[in-house]
This record gives sequence, structure tokens and C-alpha cells, in this order.
Amino acid sequence: MTLAPERPSRTEPALAARPQGGSLVQQFEYGLDAPICLTWELTYACNLECAHCLSSSGRRDPRELNTEQCKAVIDELQRMQVFYVNIGGGEPTIRPDFWEILEYAVDHEVGVKFSTNGVRITPERARFLASTDYVDVQISLDGATAEVNDYVRGPGSYDTALRALQNLQDAGFADAKISVVCTRENIGQLDEFKALADRFGATLRLTRLRPSGRGADVWDELHPLPEQQRELYDWLMANGEDVLTGDSFFHLAAFGESLPGLNLCGAGRVVCLIDPIGDVYACPFAIHDNFLAGNLLADGGFQKVWQTSKLFTELRSPQTGGACSSCAFFDSCRGGCMAAKFFTGLPLDGPDPECVQGYGESALAAARTIPAPSQDHSKANPTRNQPVMLQLLSRPPAAPSGPPVSTCAEHPLAGFDPDESSPSAVDPTSHAGCACGKADGTGCC
Amino acid sequence: MDSLLGEPWALSPSVALRPEPFGALAYHFGNRKLTFLKRKELVEVVKNLESAPDVRTALQAAGIPPSQHDAYATALRGLAATDMIRPRAAADEKQVGA
Repeated sequence: MTLAPERPSRTEPALAARPQGGSLVQQFEYGLDAPICLTWELTYACNLECAHCLSSSGRRDPRELNTEQCKAVIDELQRMQVFYVNIGGGEPTIRPDFWEILEYAVDHEVGVKFSTNGVRITPERARFLASTDYVDVQISLDGATAEVNDYVRGPGSYDTALRALQNLQDAGFADAKISVVCTRENIGQLDEFKALADRFGATLRLTRLRPSGRGADVWDELHPLPEQQRELYDWLMANGEDVLTGDSFFHLAAFGESLPGLNLCGAGRVVCLIDPIGDVYACPFAIHDNFLAGNLLADGGFQKVWQTSKLFTELRSPQTGGACSSCAFFDSCRGGCMAAKFFTGLPLDGPDPECVQGYGESALAAARTIPAPSQDHSKANPTRNQPVMLQLLSRPPAAPSGPPVSTCAEHPLAGFDPDESSPSAVDPTSHAGCACGKADGTGCC
Repeated sequence: MDSLLGEPWALSPSVALRPEPFGALAYHFGNRKLTFLKRKELVEVVKNLESAPDVRTALQAAGIPPSQHDAYATALRGLAATDMIRPRAAADEKQVGA
């Protein structure tokens, strides 16, 4: 099984082979001198613990770039003419120097779009944001109702997001973005999301659920069902002009008509990610050692990593379609998302796990090994903000005889079933709670 | 023939050109539009606009044969639609008046 991003071996550098003319997408496949748009996670610290967090955020990494280092990154982006960055995290606004970094970027011709759960978008901050004209704000919301949203993002997170949107609207901030990760739970709410965006004078942005970070743990249960993919595609075809997608649904192009956008995997070619400690990854959905191009502190700066790293050079070399090349739709979907394949343990030159022609399902049914995460900044202990996904984290069904056994039952024979060969029904990895009823599992009994 | 060819034009003051292997990326800081100039010749033409008395002169300076001038005029009209380039007349008059 191929897990590493292996390509047919090449001896010459990819840039030498760039064709003259051709379409823009063909040119992009060979990479750009600087990214078009860059995601920069400022911190792994977060007040929330979303079940599907791409970056497994929660705790701050002690090696996080300091204010001066962040400003040096911005200076370099300005020199490279990277005209805007998407700042995220973690929750970027809980960095004490967040607003200072934001102003520094804007003053240095690097526009900012930042993603936030809204926790620090107070009326005062909203007025400040409304007074800038080079800043975009993107509020994350994964349900059009509190019930659906809080299920994955944690209790209270819906109210926080809506309060932030209200503050922005009241301050006269025009055209905020509402960013939605499309899941099995919320695909049926697309019209409601649109109505919500209209209500706040905002633009709706829909993106794909990736099995990255903690998303790997919940992907099986949250990724849209095949018929929902069709529903999403039809909705995008009807409403796509007014909706942003971050180009994330190009795997749906195999339904027929391409969606607006590049319909190209931009990883390491036109996009990349800088993480809080300065590590540079191929894309925001691929925070894993296999997609780590280098570190901007250790490897001579961001420009050097972007232009000369081995990984990015490989990603810019022509790729074969592998098992997909005989498919009639390969030209439209290009085999789908590299990160989605990698984190579901599928070969990178085969079908996307959500291939709309059905090849993903058979690939998922075959033998595969889901790669272990190479880092995790999740909080060590759950807090009151942790989503309680009872369906996902519940204990395995108890043996039909005997009462349920809690994780903190102290009886020496707790969970022991003389008829079973397994030593215990207690799942040591589960922290769904306890029979005592205080479900947060933190010192409840 | 496009009347633009006889007019003085220039890159918009809020636009930056970033060189790329295939041409350039043009970014407008005002309306935040991003456009790609897919040919190096077109980049050359756009850079020449400011100093040339008219668009035709800018095309000639970039070595564009007259047979392609209309095609380039169409491409330039496309850039004008998002304010990447703009007619220079207004700015010139100001300078004369000053």
C-alpha cells in the first residue's frame, strides 16, 4: 500500500518541464513562484474542541512563533507579493497579539481573511474591523440551528457565532463570511444557511469535511452520504454564483458539469499552510509529516521552502491518474482530494473516498490502514466546551447479561463476564462519561 | 479596429504585478480582484502602457505584430473591465492643468 506521496520517479526538476501556453490550470499544476493564497494557523490554542477539527487544536504549542517572528513572516510575504493570507488556528483571536499582527499585515500590503468561532468579536472589535478595508472575517458555523451546530462544535458555540455576526452587522461590517463544513447532519440545511447569511448581510461559504486531524475520528459518521453529495452538487449548481466553496468540491465535478473555481488540487502548487511553529505543509488539510515541506525558521525562510522543498517540487511534477486514469471522469475530478485519500488510508493515485462514481466505496471496503496522526494538540482533558457526541463516543453495547459498566467503576470484578473471553468491556479510550450522569468525565465521581 | 489602440492607457495605481513563470499575476488592492496575465508579451505590453503615447505604441514596443493588435485590444478591454488598467486621459489633463 502506498501511503507516502510517491510519484513516478523523475530525474529533472519539475519547473524545467513547464509547457508554454496551455490553460491556466495546466500552468498551476507546475506551481507558482509564490502561493496565490496561503493559510496561516497562528495558534493551536482554542476555546472550543470541535469534534472534526482539521488541526486537532486545543492546546497552545510552546514553540509557537512569537510576535516578532510573525511580523518577519509578514515582511517576507510582502516581498513575495502574497497579497492575502487566510489566518486561522486554533482560535487565532485568543492570541494576545492577534490584533497587532492583523494590523501589521494590513499595513504591509498583506490582506487578511481570518477564521474565528466568534468568541472575541465584541461590539468594539466589530467596529474596529468595520473601519478597516483589507480584512475579511469568516465565522465558522456547522449547523443552521444550535442543535446541529453544537453537536459537533460544542455547547454554546452557535450562540457565540450568531452574536459575533450580529456585532459585525451592527457595526456596519459589510459582507462577513459564514463558513460551513458540510456534514451528513447539515446538508439538509443549505437553504437555512443561505437565509442566515442573507439575514446578516453575509456570504455563505461551504467547504468539504476532511478526514484530517480529529476529523479522522468522526469522518465515517459525519461525511455526506452518496445521495447527499448529489443534493449538495445540485444545490451548488443552482446557487453556486453567490456561494464560496474554497474550491473544495472538485471531486463532485464527476457528476457532470464542473463547479465554478479552479477544480484543481492546489496543494504545494498554488496553496500551502504555515502552522503555528512555522512548519510549512502542502495544504491546510494535510497537517502530517508526510506533507511537511520544511520549517521557515530552520530551513531559510518561507520563500526557500515554497520554491525549493523536495516535497513541493514533487507535487508540481506531472502526476499519473493511477487506478483512476481509465475513468471517463478523470479529467474533471483529477482523482479528488489528496488529503482525503491519505487520511482514509487510500492510495494517493486512486479514487477519492467520496468518489461520486462509486469507486471510493469499493476502495474503502478493501484492506487499508489509516495513518496514525503525527501530532495532536487536543486538550488532554475534556472541558465544558467539548461537544458531547453521544452517538460517536458511547461505550460499545454492553453484554446482554449484566448492567452497564462505567469507566470509573472500582469494583475489582467490574465488567467481568465469566462467559466472555475478553477481559473487560471498559474501553480505556472512551471518555464519554460515566454512569453517575455528570457526563463530562472530569472528576465526576 | 478598436479605438483603444489610439488612446493613452496605464496600469491602475492600485494594481501590483507579480511575475510568474508563465506571465504575471495582477492584483488590485482596491477591488481585490486577482487576474492572471497568461503571456509574457501581455505583461510587457501592460508595463509599457504608462510611458507610451498610446496603446499601439506600447504594443509595438513589446514586439507585437500589427496582425495581433486587435486580439491584444480585446485582452486589454478584459483587464479594463476589472480596473486593472484604465485610460490615462484624466490623469494627463490634471498634469496639464497643474
